[in-house]
Amino acid sequence: MSRKLKVLIVEPSSIIVEGLLKILNGTELFHILPSLPDVQHLQERLSVSHPDILILNPTLLFPTKRIPIFSFLNENPQIAVVALIYQYVEAKVLSAYHGVIDIRENPGQIAPILLEAQAILREAVPSSDSYELSDRETEVLICLAKGLISKEIADKLNISVHTVNSHRKNITRKTGIKSIAGLAVYAMLHNLTDK
Amino acid sequence: MRGFFFSENMKLADLISENYNLILMLPRFGIPLGFGDKSVADICKNNNIPVDFFLLVCNIYSFDNFIPDKMLISSIDMNFLLPYLLASHRYYKEERIPHIENHLQHLIEKSEAKYGKILLQFFNEYKEEVNEHFRHEEEQVFPHLEALQKGNSDNSYRIRTFVPEHSNIEDKLSDLTRIICKYFPGNILPNESIELIFDILQLSDDLEKHKLIEEKILVPYVVFLERRFR
Repeated sequence: MSRKLKVLIVEPSSIIVEGLLKILNGTELFHILPSLPDVQHLQERLSVSHPDILILNPTLLFPTKRIPIFSFLNENPQIAVVALIYQYVEAKVLSAYHGVIDIRENPGQIAPILLEAQAILREAVPSSDSYELSDRETEVLICLAKGLISKEIADKLNISVHTVNSHRKNITRKTGIKSIAGLAVYAMLHNLTDK
Repeated sequence: MRGFFFSENMKLADLISENYNLILMLPRFGIPLGFGDKSVADICKNNNIPVDFFLLVCNIYSFDNFIPDKMLISSIDMNFLLPYLLASHRYYKEERIPHIENHLQHLIEKSEAKYGKILLQFFNEYKEEVNEHFRHEEEQVFPHLEALQKGNSDNSYRIRTFVPEHSNIEDKLSDLTRIICKYFPGNILPNESIELIFDILQLSDDLEKHKLIEEKILVPYVVFLERRFR
């Protein structure tokens, strides 16, 4: 990696911020920006410091808007946003984030979660204005067409189940095809299944 | 009638000009065309159909925000519910799906063998799933309804376990339109392909309404009957 990834933590609890700092600084992969306790000055900070990864406590987002994370992601397509959760958060909300860190997570897993979130974003960015399947999506599609389940695909391609699922979402969004059988037909019509 | 959007004094012809899809209801109720300017009430009377039930179906079919309340469900003569649902199933199984299959067959015959084969396999899987869904209703749900209507409650089946939702079946149907529209080689039978897509979309809409009728009439009505026997 040419440079350290810039990480911004937005979290009210200084105990947790301190803990995260300690874990992340130990990896020497990240450059941690001064953290914020809430989202009040978040936009200004983003425009100044351009973090690559944002670790955000979802409860801080303006609660009256139903799922403000979606508009946030649209406005800031260059940032991988990872939810930092203490308690139950609706799966629908969490699925919008590029990654999730549970407070009970094994410390050694936190850096990989951040890196993966960034990888998901990198794959998603070119796809946002393209309707062609990426190479990775095509690989996932071929596995789906062969009848593999997400877990098996994750093992085979050496990625997490979460990543497989976000590839699946992208495949369905791009092709409009939802069922596995339909995707198998798509793969066949594109001569992908003989490979 | 309370809260009904269509009422028994309206002309049947007016209902149909309001929502032409209601024409599909007529054979399921055994109402022949050529009904002239008669009112819904007269036509139902002539064909021995409980008018409240006919209107209930037409209203659910036409107005998505129409939700019959429990009082209404429990006060309507539901003797036509089972024949209606069976007639709908027959229409899908014996008319619409074979009709679509026929079109699809033409398309498959004209296309490259390996493409044709996978399309046929996809459609057969869909057909099998739909038939399985209908079979479940006809073997489990309908006999349960019939027994309750006759006053027998010894059946251990409970409607709560029945889910009218069949999202996977719907997904397959919409996938089929997309595959033919977007990904299948377009130079084979272009006109028939477009006709086929319209046929599939129409079936898909009709099945959606059928689901609503099961959700808004069948399920609450059976729940009402089950309670009465407890």
